[in-house]
Amino acid sequence: MLKDITIGQYFPMDSAVHRLDARFKIVITAIFIVMIFSADSFPALILSLVFFVIAFLASKLSPKLIIKSMKPIIPIIIFTSVLNIFFIDGVTVFHIWKIRITDNGLITSGYMIIRLIALICGSSLLTYTTSPIVLTDAIEQMMKPLSKLHFPVHELAMMMTIALRFIPTLIEETDKIMSAQKARGADMDSGTLVERAKALVPIIIPLFVSSFRRAEELALAMECRCYNGGEGRTKLKTLVSGGADYAALCLSLLFLGGVMIIDMGKIIFR
Amino acid sequence: MAVIRTEKLTYTYSQGTPFEKTAVNNVDLEIEEGELVGVIGHTGSGKSTLIQHFNGLVKPTSGKVFIDGTDIWSKDVKLRDIRFKVGLVFQYPEYQIFEDTVYKDIAFGPKNMGLDEAEIDKRVRETAELVGISPELLKKSPFELSGGQKRRGAIAGVMARRPTVLVRDEPAAGLDPKGRENVLDQIKQYHDETKSTVLLVSHSMEDVARFASKILVMNKGEVLCYDTPPAVFARAEEISSVGLSVPQITRIFSLLRQRGIDIRGDVYTVEFALKTIKEYLEKNGRGGLENA
Repeated sequence: MLKDITIGQYFPMDSAVHRLDARFKIVITAIFIVMIFSADSFPALILSLVFFVIAFLASKLSPKLIIKSMKPIIPIIIFTSVLNIFFIDGVTVFHIWKIRITDNGLITSGYMIIRLIALICGSSLLTYTTSPIVLTDAIEQMMKPLSKLHFPVHELAMMMTIALRFIPTLIEETDKIMSAQKARGADMDSGTLVERAKALVPIIIPLFVSSFRRAEELALAMECRCYNGGEGRTKLKTLVSGGADYAALCLSLLFLGGVMIIDMGKIIFR
Repeated sequence: MAVIRTEKLTYTYSQGTPFEKTAVNNVDLEIEEGELVGVIGHTGSGKSTLIQHFNGLVKPTSGKVFIDGTDIWSKDVKLRDIRFKVGLVFQYPEYQIFEDTVYKDIAFGPKNMGLDEAEIDKRVRETAELVGISPELLKKSPFELSGGQKRRGAIAGVMARRPTVLVRDEPAAGLDPKGRENVLDQIKQYHDETKSTVLLVSHSMEDVARFASKILVMNKGEVLCYDTPPAVFARAEEISSVGLSVPQITRIFSLLRQRGIDIRGDVYTVEFALKTIKEYLEKNGRGGLENA
């Protein structure tokens, strides 16, 4: 059950998107998000979605994965779109009792839904195709200039790496402990809210105990290997950028330009 | 009647993702009541996944599991009842303790069954004695105990429910030779005293060979053989060929046979080996061995 969580999970494969430099992928994802939120008309929005489809096809991922990553945010999407439908003023489309639904409300919430979905899809594509270690490595390099201001870039990146590294381990651990407690007759799937909250105690306590144990072991292991922070530290695998990375960046900028031109056209010709 | 029965049981992990892996493949199995079954297999042979099917922790991808003749995934069966029937002790059970006293932790299982206080108390004390936890330890916090005591306490938590079938996954993992011995003796004792069915998962043939009344050998998610120890060890060559070690004494006998000595191949304890060699010498004189 917990194993089905796909957010932030990496699927190792060999594709054009997987091979891209992680730094470029982060920048391109940012450009895509800018594209989605600056698109102010349906043609512009469709153009930015075309960009996503191209990236998605190049990544060779199965569409099922993208659909699966949507699941946890469905409530948020429903919530925001409902809010938008009811509370935005405009020409009334229909009227029931005190509820008034307007054309502007429908259009805004339509935009909202598409933007949210695209946002999740875009960022999922980034994490699906980039291993967390490489991702934090890229973030560290991109933030490097900040270390001039005595900002602890390396430490921050190391913390992120460790946190990401232990997500699957902790999920596995939780799964194991849940199984063990279920095997001891713990009932987690029924009862009132209070009873269910109480049923979590046998899971949370062992999880805490083992997290502390792991943290201690990891700290010890790092010290044994003479880890002392980022100073003078070199990388085993340095990130390299090539022609393909610049080509992908140019493509994304082209699409961004396209989106902007469509929107400007709309303003000028109105 | 078989207490555990599976029908074409198959389980695939992460179906539909690039990580897809079939852990248990088309397993047909019947385990009779009162057996002490040793489940043997390599790391990743599917033995841990298989046993998690027996109390409904894992839902089979296809196939059926019957406990005491009832299909555990049919609609009107409550999985909790199945879990009271089949007690499963995981590897490193000491990582699942959570209560503030050992007593409470052992009582967690029986309490979930809805037993009354007196019965819970009786069971906790009896089981603690059985696993070798002294009454004064019961009042302590389980986190103050030594590793071995913690493990025994956690095991008592499952045993206190008096399951019809007790399944233990790698009970001797991470213990020293003496601890191993103790744990295995304890399981044997529990089996003899309660006459319940016990499944013992291990990757060490030596551990299992001495006690088990039946041995189940798993290989790559399939059942390689399920039979009595003599019958299983008679196939020593085949078992070695899939990369499982047979007891050293069995290996010696199979080497002797390879050298042309006509001696039985189903030897798996040192005592029995001694007897076999004596018999052989009486029958053939010393000549037979010296030729080899």
